[in-house]
Amino acid sequence: MKLAIAFAYLVAAVLFIVGLKQLSSPRGARRGNWIAAAGMVIALVATVPLLHFTTAGAVITIIGIAIGAPLGAISARRVKMTAMPQMVAAFNGVGGGAAALVAISELLSQSAHPVFAIAFPSALSIVIGGVSFAGSLVAFAKLQGLMTGTPLTYPGQQVVNAAIALAIVALVIAILTIASLPSFFVPLVILALVLGIAFVLPIGGADMPVVISLLNAFTGLAVAASGFVLGNFALIVAGTLVGASGTLLTTLMSQAMGRSLGNVLFGAFGAVQTGTGAAAAGGPEGKTVRSGTPEDIGTMLAYARKVIIVPGYGLAVAQGQHAARELADELEKRGVEVDYAIHPVAGRMPGHMNVLLAEANVPYEQLKEMDEINGEFKSADVALVVGANDVVNPAAHTTPGSPIYGMPVLNVDQAKNIVFMKRSMRPGFAGIDNALLYDPKTVMLFGDAKDSLTKLVAAVKAA
Amino acid sequence: MNSDLFNEFTFFILAIFVGIEVISKVPTILHTPLMSGTNAIHGIILVGAILIAASANDPLHVALGLVAVVLATINVVGGFVVTDRMLEMFRGRQAPPKPDQKPGSTPKQT
Repeated sequence: MKLAIAFAYLVAAVLFIVGLKQLSSPRGARRGNWIAAAGMVIALVATVPLLHFTTAGAVITIIGIAIGAPLGAISARRVKMTAMPQMVAAFNGVGGGAAALVAISELLSQSAHPVFAIAFPSALSIVIGGVSFAGSLVAFAKLQGLMTGTPLTYPGQQVVNAAIALAIVALVIAILTIASLPSFFVPLVILALVLGIAFVLPIGGADMPVVISLLNAFTGLAVAASGFVLGNFALIVAGTLVGASGTLLTTLMSQAMGRSLGNVLFGAFGAVQTGTGAAAAGGPEGKTVRSGTPEDIGTMLAYARKVIIVPGYGLAVAQGQHAARELADELEKRGVEVDYAIHPVAGRMPGHMNVLLAEANVPYEQLKEMDEINGEFKSADVALVVGANDVVNPAAHTTPGSPIYGMPVLNVDQAKNIVFMKRSMRPGFAGIDNALLYDPKTVMLFGDAKDSLTKLVAAVKAA
Repeated sequence: MNSDLFNEFTFFILAIFVGIEVISKVPTILHTPLMSGTNAIHGIILVGAILIAASANDPLHVALGLVAVVLATINVVGGFVVTDRMLEMFRGRQAPPKPDQKPGSTPKQT
């Protein structure tokens, strides 16, 4: 029996690896997800013979699954495309919480002096799982708009965070050397949660996908640690796979934004002192904004030779991709050259824009990556920015104190004319002002992206 | 160090290398689905949650076990479903038209 279980776990591990491999190629990604799911089912079924049910245990296992499965499935089905990143954050958080609970439960079952091989991974799982749980909830709240997306910083924050981390280390040592008592591990749980919150608070909303990816890797490690506690091969292998691949993915994601991971995680700290000064310098005081009618802008587009459309989150929210395609078609009919400039992190997740525009059947060859298109803005008559903001903010080049300084941005400022379609003057996701909105070359078109695009289509037709 | 623990440690180290190797060449547009997919895989913690919940025999363990099973089930079910929804949108669009396409064949008809 033991051999059969071990074999099933091995099959599950292989399916996880094959699934991950497929997930990282566009062709097999969807299949890869289901291969991994099949591995999960096999691992779960193989675990059944290992269980020693008490009556209460059988009841809570069934009730727990009966509650959790529909909750997970329904929220995953209902969530809007634009809210996917926070959904992933929420699912990741609960996983981290579960890992910590497993470790707590196991420590409670042990004597006051568990062997090191149990006590150490338990403490790790509690700390990492707790950080992941609380951090993911903050990430969720920031993305869902339940709290501000701007970095929350205060003087001495790093000292406070370091003190929390040190207290955690001290408690872990106490559990290992003195005794595994609730009076040590209850504070450990609380401090881990506090650290998770404190760690994510100073990070801006625009960087949340990277943070979620990092917390995802954390949960993987917490799961692996729980695997050591329970001596379970499936948990160790699957958790470690996620921990390792998640760490690599996190660095790849921050590279796509042109930043180091350290800059993403701790970038806000350096800005504490200069923050107010920089905001004042780039601020709107005394500057005016020019806003145009759809008719004016439609005419400008119709008589341009080259138009570059820069889609962003606003397009996704308004579901304006079909209207954008319509406008591009109309312009092309008149002989205008149209391209789409796709910033790698436009929208709220990497690849967001590709997905949306593909849905509207925008020809693949019109979607230009940042490096490919950046040289072309100089020759563009109009850059039409549809609901994007931070990814075209020249502050990334010009303002060293800015939270997005160093991030590669689209060189929209080089176009001869700039049209900004926005709902309001509110700053973008990173919570910083965009000087380009006050540029004399810029015309604003306020309103919902989809409505505005539809009006532009009509105006171009009439022109 | 007993041999079980040593085996576990061996698997742990090897899994680190496999995890890094297996996703080393992932295009930017798949970053988010991949993150979501790995998120679903760490839902394997459900195995651990069931292991502790099944043998719960006092109110404290019952409570901890129940919450752990609920959270882990949400992670695993929600994780796979949400990943599938993300990838659903890539359907049919993934063969990028070759640049040397014949002029006569339009890549897309709508």
